[in-house]
Amino acid sequence: MIELLAFGDGGWGDEMLQGAAMTVAVATSAFLLGLVFGTLGASAKLSRNLILVGVAEAYTTVVRGVPELLVIYLLFFGGSGMVMALASVFGYDEYIEVNAFVVGVVAVGLISGAYSTEVIRGAAQAVPYGQIEAARACGMGRWLILRRILGPLTLRHALPGLGNVWQLTLKDTALISVTALAEIMRQAAVGAGSTKQPFVFYAAAAVLYLLLTTVSTALFDRAEKNAMRGVRRA
Amino acid sequence: MKSTIATLLVGAAIALSATAVATGADAKEWKKVRIATEGAYMPWNGTDSSGKLVGFEVDLMKDLCTRMKVECELVAQDWDGIIPALQQGKYDAIMAGMSATDERRKVIQFAGPYANEPSAFAAMKGSPLLTIAADPALVDMKELTADERTVIERLASQLKGKTVGAQVSTIQASFVEKYMPGVTLRTYDKVDNIGLDLVAGRIDAMFADRSAIGGLQKEGATKDITVFGTQYRGGILGDGVAVGLRKADKDLKTLFEKAIVEAHKAGVTGKLSTQWFGYDIAVTP
Amino acid sequence: MDWELMWDSVPALLAAVPLTLQLVALALLLGLGMAALAAWARLSGHAVAAGAASAYVFVFRGTPLLVQIFLIYYGLSQFEAVRASLFWPLLREPYWCAILALMLNTGAYQSEIIRGAILSVPQGQVEAARACGMSRLLLFRRIVLPVAVRQALPAYGNEIILMVKASSLASTITLLEITGVARRIISQTYAVFEIFIVAGILYLLINFAAARLIRWAEWRMTPHLRARV
Repeated sequence: MIELLAFGDGGWGDEMLQGAAMTVAVATSAFLLGLVFGTLGASAKLSRNLILVGVAEAYTTVVRGVPELLVIYLLFFGGSGMVMALASVFGYDEYIEVNAFVVGVVAVGLISGAYSTEVIRGAAQAVPYGQIEAARACGMGRWLILRRILGPLTLRHALPGLGNVWQLTLKDTALISVTALAEIMRQAAVGAGSTKQPFVFYAAAAVLYLLLTTVSTALFDRAEKNAMRGVRRA
Repeated sequence: MKSTIATLLVGAAIALSATAVATGADAKEWKKVRIATEGAYMPWNGTDSSGKLVGFEVDLMKDLCTRMKVECELVAQDWDGIIPALQQGKYDAIMAGMSATDERRKVIQFAGPYANEPSAFAAMKGSPLLTIAADPALVDMKELTADERTVIERLASQLKGKTVGAQVSTIQASFVEKYMPGVTLRTYDKVDNIGLDLVAGRIDAMFADRSAIGGLQKEGATKDITVFGTQYRGGILGDGVAVGLRKADKDLKTLFEKAIVEAHKAGVTGKLSTQWFGYDIAVTP
Repeated sequence: MDWELMWDSVPALLAAVPLTLQLVALALLLGLGMAALAAWARLSGHAVAAGAASAYVFVFRGTPLLVQIFLIYYGLSQFEAVRASLFWPLLREPYWCAILALMLNTGAYQSEIIRGAILSVPQGQVEAARACGMSRLLLFRRIVLPVAVRQALPAYGNEIILMVKASSLASTITLLEITGVARRIISQTYAVFEIFIVAGILYLLINFAAARLIRWAEWRMTPHLRARV
């Protein structure tokens, strides 16, 4: 059975590894995009503007309350339509191709962002107000406070939560196999169907995901230690 | 309350953008045509171990594109979304063992057909269902005679209480739903998975394109799947496998029709069919 | 946007809600058993039991649920030995395969919740109970459990919502729960948007109700935190 996973033309080993590379690419891009959405979402939720708060609340409730599969399907079948509708506002009426990678990144990024919003909001609220007052007293401007005080402290508080979001994001990429993007799950399903040996392929997929989650957990732990180096521990 | 309002907002946003989708170009010069296939329906179309799309329709597509003098790009798309994604403009044509049926003609148009295969029932070696005789060998569902109706009713009573697998959104699934009332229909995303569940004994029989069953019989765990009983074609089972196109793309339909006739006249369709199926299933449009 | 089609799909989708709820409820309940077992093994101090439980949690939290479902449904049934075994009558059914996968998955997450909750019980309370002469069982029932349950409730609420969403993956192994029915309607109408939006609203409503329920349970269980009137 294991020869099915050989490298080269006869086996699926190289296809599975390419799938793993694609999974990492999609997950990383989606996570970063999610951080952007998350920062915007958290800022909106912490703002005093009722409309912004409402939009951000709607975003996180809907995306976190609907199955990921549905979010991905809706974007896959509607992504081009939405982009084109937006473009037609600016007078551009040609067909705009939105490829499977972009759709996957945006879909998973939206989901990731909804969770990041909550993490970042919580972390920002955990920054002691005295720190900001102290910075003001030192004569720092708003941007300087954000860059020197609020940003770094929020990041420190957010890191453990963001580690969890990353794990979620990584695993959610398995669902974009429905868009035929050649990531781990898609390659495994194609291999399983073509060779009628589902166990080998799905087990191999599970091992690849385990490797990815283990390595990334270790990286996040290191980042966390690094961020906490200035904190005294009992 | 928050979530309800939110849902309405998102729904409205999507509704707006969905209605704004362009419905295909009217009089555009076709230089590049993107064609979708499933890649999991051998020998019609499949994926080899280097991840490349292969099969009868992949080879036929290349020939048709040369004849149409257009550049073609082949994309893989799961079966259950293949028509919605065509309508959304993700590609311009479908060549995926799709039969032209009246049901599908409500939403898309077809060029062709280029091939035709009957649908057949199959069960595992040793199944008592295999004793069901192939009498007659073939029934055309278009204008059924009284005798043919009896054949279908007899089969329905023989399969009563059994579970039959078919691929979702196919002519075969519609057939079982319409003519086999006492049968539990279980629908699958891919033919390969029907084969796996038939081997595992989760379903008693499958109903699929005869050649797709042939594809399962070629290799591995599914090789003991055996065809039984009468085979069916026509009517609800469609008028042959054809190229699926958006209704608006009339000129593309003309291009494809011409190329399909030419390929058939030149014997290419027949030759490719023999190469992939072992027999000639080419038909004239 | 075809509003009529959306409206027409509501009865069929509503009819699928009981199956979704069944999958979620059974998986959560059985998963709780799984989780209690794993948490107990990990806190027991028994090296082999703790190792096995950690491995279980590691594998099921580290891989996507979709892989787990496919491994259980298509992967296991591939083996003659499994098909000849005692478990086949259950594994034969997509329904039980889905429940098994969901249960194992949520069990791994729940065991972390339980472990965290038990570890959060202040040591002083346990010591005080011991000083009062409580037996291990009584101590667990009267002190550890109530405190831990209160601690775990918010996280448990999240887990319920995650399970409601996860149950949609049962549609990939032929089950006709909400997403399965939605996909079947789409296969006949090709109206991806309309049907998935209706399905999405149903999921939102279920999750809204679940969140409410948990908040109510939380309120009931924490009378001491309520402001006195």
